[in-house]
Amino acid sequence: MAAPLRNGLLRQANTCLRQARPTTIRPLSRDALRRLASTLAVLEQREGKLNMSSLASISAAQKLGGSIHGFVAGANGKTVADEAAKVDGLEKVIYVDNGAYDKGLPENWAPLLVENIKKGGYTHVFAGHSAFGKNLLPRVAALLDVQQISDITEIQGEDTFVRPIYAGNAILTVKSEDNPKIITVRGTAFPAGAAEGGSASVEEGADPKAECPTEWVSEDLAKSDRPDLATAEKVVSGGRGLKSKEEFDRLMPPLADALGAAIGASRAAVDSGFADNSLQVGQTGKNVAPQLYLCAGISGAIQHLAGMKDSKVIAAINKDPDAPIFQVADVGLVGDLFEKVPELTEKLKSS
Amino acid sequence: MATKLRILVPVKRVIDYAVKPRVNKAQTGVETNVKHSMNPFDELSIEEAVRLREKEKPVEDILAFSAGPAKSQDILRTAMAMGADRGIHVVEEKQEMEPLGVAKLLKKVVEQEDRNLVILGKQSIDDDANQTGQMLAGLLNWPQATQASQVDIDGDTCTVTREVDGGVETLRAKLPMIITTDLRLNEPRYASLPNIMKAKKKPLEKKTLADFGVDGEKRLKTVKVAEPPARQGGGKVEDVDGMIGKLKELGAL
Repeated sequence: MAAPLRNGLLRQANTCLRQARPTTIRPLSRDALRRLASTLAVLEQREGKLNMSSLASISAAQKLGGSIHGFVAGANGKTVADEAAKVDGLEKVIYVDNGAYDKGLPENWAPLLVENIKKGGYTHVFAGHSAFGKNLLPRVAALLDVQQISDITEIQGEDTFVRPIYAGNAILTVKSEDNPKIITVRGTAFPAGAAEGGSASVEEGADPKAECPTEWVSEDLAKSDRPDLATAEKVVSGGRGLKSKEEFDRLMPPLADALGAAIGASRAAVDSGFADNSLQVGQTGKNVAPQLYLCAGISGAIQHLAGMKDSKVIAAINKDPDAPIFQVADVGLVGDLFEKVPELTEKLKSS
Repeated sequence: MATKLRILVPVKRVIDYAVKPRVNKAQTGVETNVKHSMNPFDELSIEEAVRLREKEKPVEDILAFSAGPAKSQDILRTAMAMGADRGIHVVEEKQEMEPLGVAKLLKKVVEQEDRNLVILGKQSIDDDANQTGQMLAGLLNWPQATQASQVDIDGDTCTVTREVDGGVETLRAKLPMIITTDLRLNEPRYASLPNIMKAKKKPLEKKTLADFGVDGEKRLKTVKVAEPPARQGGGKVEDVDGMIGKLKELGAL
């Protein structure tokens, strides 16, 4: 039950504010927020290194005002906490030093977070809408009897949030009276946050040492020197039009290298085995919002557009002049990608 | 003796994936007078349950479940035509339920129907929440394996490969367990006409939220549903030089 979490004073203050402002959709003033909000930002780490893309939950929390505490856990909890303490915007970093949390398994992470959320009396808990955040936060929300808000793209007030639904074909604004508010944040919708400039205090958190019935067996991660797809400034993406894995591998990496871009793919390309699953851009893959999204041989199905239509500039090469991708592309080139992509690669390299 | 699998597969009726949803004039939701189908991720769940039986795992029964308006029955019949043995339909016309409410309802179903494996879709393509399976696992305090692309069951032990950022990871846990399906788990079959006819005779129980002691009250208030900002296609260029020129002009290069 969430009841023990409800801080009487806070509620009172909230009620006063609500009465004073009947138009509740409007955000509260920054001063009021500073008094009210206190956010726990769940940060991700991997082998003792802070995952920079998880810092978006800090920049999201900064829009709320109020104090922001970061949370890390794992075998080198203290080391990661010291690294996180330098992140701009954090007041405190809470860490738990225990290798049992290294693999991010929700069975023991959820009780861990619940205990620390209760201890800290937070009004908001933010994590990235990453594989880790998606897996964990709903379990936490259920244990706290809270309806989570997933993948937010905007904060309109301490209780009002904006998120895409129907593969981004509608934008939903919701108001939550749950306390705490459990939220996952779309990384591309908030600035990444500065890794330097902060001087947070570091404090050890509570460790309930819940048993984990799940055993982590192995992983197989695609290794790449290219920029990370989710956070890259530029993305080149290939679809079914590439025809085969050989052609995908022949045409896309040189283009990506010429631009310093990450490589993405449509579901059709992934399903046909041209590209790895982890490269899929779209409703069920990754969301990207780079400065430049350059795609070849992608028709532009709504599920694909869901994952890339917030890109700053979209460029498309496709031989079908009526492909839906041209309705969203800032620059469209109708032509055979097997000619145009190599030509583009050469010209980019020599310019 | 291996435990017999008593599988629950929750399915949801959603706007067909190929339909482009339109926001209604009142900005309270999307137009629903359009083609609906089973949530694509739920088709994968049913398919996986049926394949477990086909792989001669000890499946006692496969129970399909849906909560929603009367028309959700069609989705349950589809699930049964694909191979589910029976269905339970909680008729709820008033409003769409939230993941937390559904998870609470499913917990009751799991208990009443003595389930030991629940296979859900990783998300429904309407609200895109990606929460229900994880919430149910939390409420039951069961292990969870989300975004599964491969499931192997040996006796009481489930080994599941999950799609994660950057690749895959493999987990192992004992039944009872919650699994949510990712697109690459399998290729759902089409229901054949004879199977559609047979499905009409399979048992389908109608229930209410009250039967399970769940109120279905919504926690989140919809303030507004709006169209996303429209993107204007910037027109086409003649050749590669034109493309590079335009990208430079737009500051993308």
